[in-house]
Amino acid sequence: MIRLVLLVAQKDLLIERRSRVLLWQVAPFGLMTLVLCGLAVGPNASTQAKLAPGLFYIVMTLVALLVINRTSQLEAARGTATSVQILGIDPGAVFLGKGLAMFIQLSIVGSALLAGTTVLLHVPLHAAIVTVPVLLLATATLSLAGVLYGRIAASSANAGTLLPALALPAFAPVLIAGERAFSSLITYGPLARWVWLLGVSLAAYACVGLLLYGALEES
Amino acid sequence: MKQLTRRALGPLALATSFATFVMGYFVTPPDKVQGELARLVYIHPAQAWVALYLSFGAATIASALYLWPRTRSMVADRVAASAVEVSTLFIGLTLLTGSIWGRPTWGVWWVWDARLTSTAVLGVLMLGYLALRRANDDPQVRAKRSAVFAILTAVNIPIIHFSVMWWTTLHQGATVFTENRHLKIHGSMAWTLLLSFIAFSLDFAWMVRARYRIADREAGQRDSELDAALKARRTESAS
Amino acid sequence: MAVASLCDVVVTTGSFPLLSGVNLTLESATTYVVTGPNGAGKTSLLRVLAGLEVPSRGTGTVLGFDICSAERRELRRHVGWLGHETSFYPDLSPAENLLFAARTTSADVALIPSALERVGLAHRAKVPLKSLSAGQQRRLSLAWLLVRRPQLWLLDEPFASLDDEGRDLTSQLIGAAQASGATVVLTSHGALPADTNAAPIVIVGGRIVESAS
Repeated sequence: MIRLVLLVAQKDLLIERRSRVLLWQVAPFGLMTLVLCGLAVGPNASTQAKLAPGLFYIVMTLVALLVINRTSQLEAARGTATSVQILGIDPGAVFLGKGLAMFIQLSIVGSALLAGTTVLLHVPLHAAIVTVPVLLLATATLSLAGVLYGRIAASSANAGTLLPALALPAFAPVLIAGERAFSSLITYGPLARWVWLLGVSLAAYACVGLLLYGALEES
Repeated sequence: MKQLTRRALGPLALATSFATFVMGYFVTPPDKVQGELARLVYIHPAQAWVALYLSFGAATIASALYLWPRTRSMVADRVAASAVEVSTLFIGLTLLTGSIWGRPTWGVWWVWDARLTSTAVLGVLMLGYLALRRANDDPQVRAKRSAVFAILTAVNIPIIHFSVMWWTTLHQGATVFTENRHLKIHGSMAWTLLLSFIAFSLDFAWMVRARYRIADREAGQRDSELDAALKARRTESAS
Repeated sequence: MAVASLCDVVVTTGSFPLLSGVNLTLESATTYVVTGPNGAGKTSLLRVLAGLEVPSRGTGTVLGFDICSAERRELRRHVGWLGHETSFYPDLSPAENLLFAARTTSADVALIPSALERVGLAHRAKVPLKSLSAGQQRRLSLAWLLVRRPQLWLLDEPFASLDDEGRDLTSQLIGAAQASGATVVLTSHGALPADTNAAPIVIVGGRIVESAS
């Protein structure tokens, strides 16, 4: 199982390395959105710093949608889908493997965006550094959820527009928990419950994915 | 008996709804603090019960039954879809009556309260479910993806609820019971409140049944079309 | 010995029956050619045999697996597929595609270089699949069949987009597969190469109207 998970993840990452969609399309989109957020809240540094955690996680969520869409479209072409189906790979391994690949990609973009947020929106450096583990937890949750919602939307009519309608409301807890945790690290507020919430969310998506991804593959 | 229940459901739903209206509007007294506004208690909590628990619970159970291979049937899929449609309507009504109550109480039509926010998020998820159903033509594909989405939503609901509850809450405390599980309202008010829950639950059952029958007829129509198409296709091979 | 047995199988898309009641028995170590007009259901028949489509009516077993149940997933691991669309991942090279497929199915990775050599793709093994021609992409699918060595070969228009050399090669591979005991089912619009000895199955309107079985 672990071998299959790694093989699927390695394949998705290799495709990304070849196509460079993350580097030339997703990351610039994220950084541009961050700049637009700065413009939208005005030039006041303290206002920007106060709103930075929320803005950062909104940008992360939008970036996640692009990565999810891209990852779920890798097997969307009928011929590719058929070839992969014929391989008969364990659906649990496909789910975790694609989730792992998405996690690595989102973590890279997330780290770049966090650096951008720190500079552009005046986040204290210590808060930005200590929020990295929380960001990784939020990213892992977004990734596993993304594989599921991406698969649900894939091959439907207008999958690109259907995906946000399905996934964005479900991402609300990740957005809230991530933003609250980041804010707490800036203001030294309570942190544990938000980390717990992200952990529970991650476990829930992992369980549902392992149970039901096979059913999605067969539809 | 089944036939009787079927026939009685509509009239019973209408009768209890009418009785709730009469009791809530003419028989029960206004509240000491909130005055006439308190009469919304005979509508809003019962709507929320139907929207958040009854209909969504029915949709989740039906979706789980569809996904379980031994109980898989298109009946479960149609029940789930019908329940979600009714749920979406009741979520809208819950938010509307909540806003009508909130405007004089809080001074605004909308506040970022935990229950309001989680209800709104659930409403958007339900709209997503309906969008998903319309994005897939094949009945089997549609049923399977919708069922997985419903289960995912069910798993997400407590997480959404806790996230927004910890985030902020302004909602009025429990209306019916105190923290020690003692009744807070009495007499005609308590009976009317109970009646409203029965009335809205019956309304829900009636509406789901009506929607299910439409879905069933649509499926029957599709089957007839398929039979006709099969016949036409077989004549291709005969000629 | 029967490799596949279909009984009154109906496959639909929306309200249109792609297959309108197929009855068919396939024997082992035999090559079959499915012919019929456009839209007759040739590809759908192959997809049912591969466990890629769920019949909405009827029953059937392929290689001992029930095609109406979850056994379809296991069945897929035993069939080889050559479709007429681009298969595998366009951003990966032929070698990378085969390596991924072989590793995930525990096929013999050592066979990959010789398979690529055999289909004439050794010199293009490391360029992205999307830069290959349609014919070269079909050769890659053939290479995968050589690595996989399935019991049931399902080839949808295997001679399309191929030059004379490619047609000869495909014909040789089909002959070798049959000789090794595999069953081959292929669809075709045109005439087969002279050395391809195949039992005919004619499908019209989603039904078999003529079959050697």
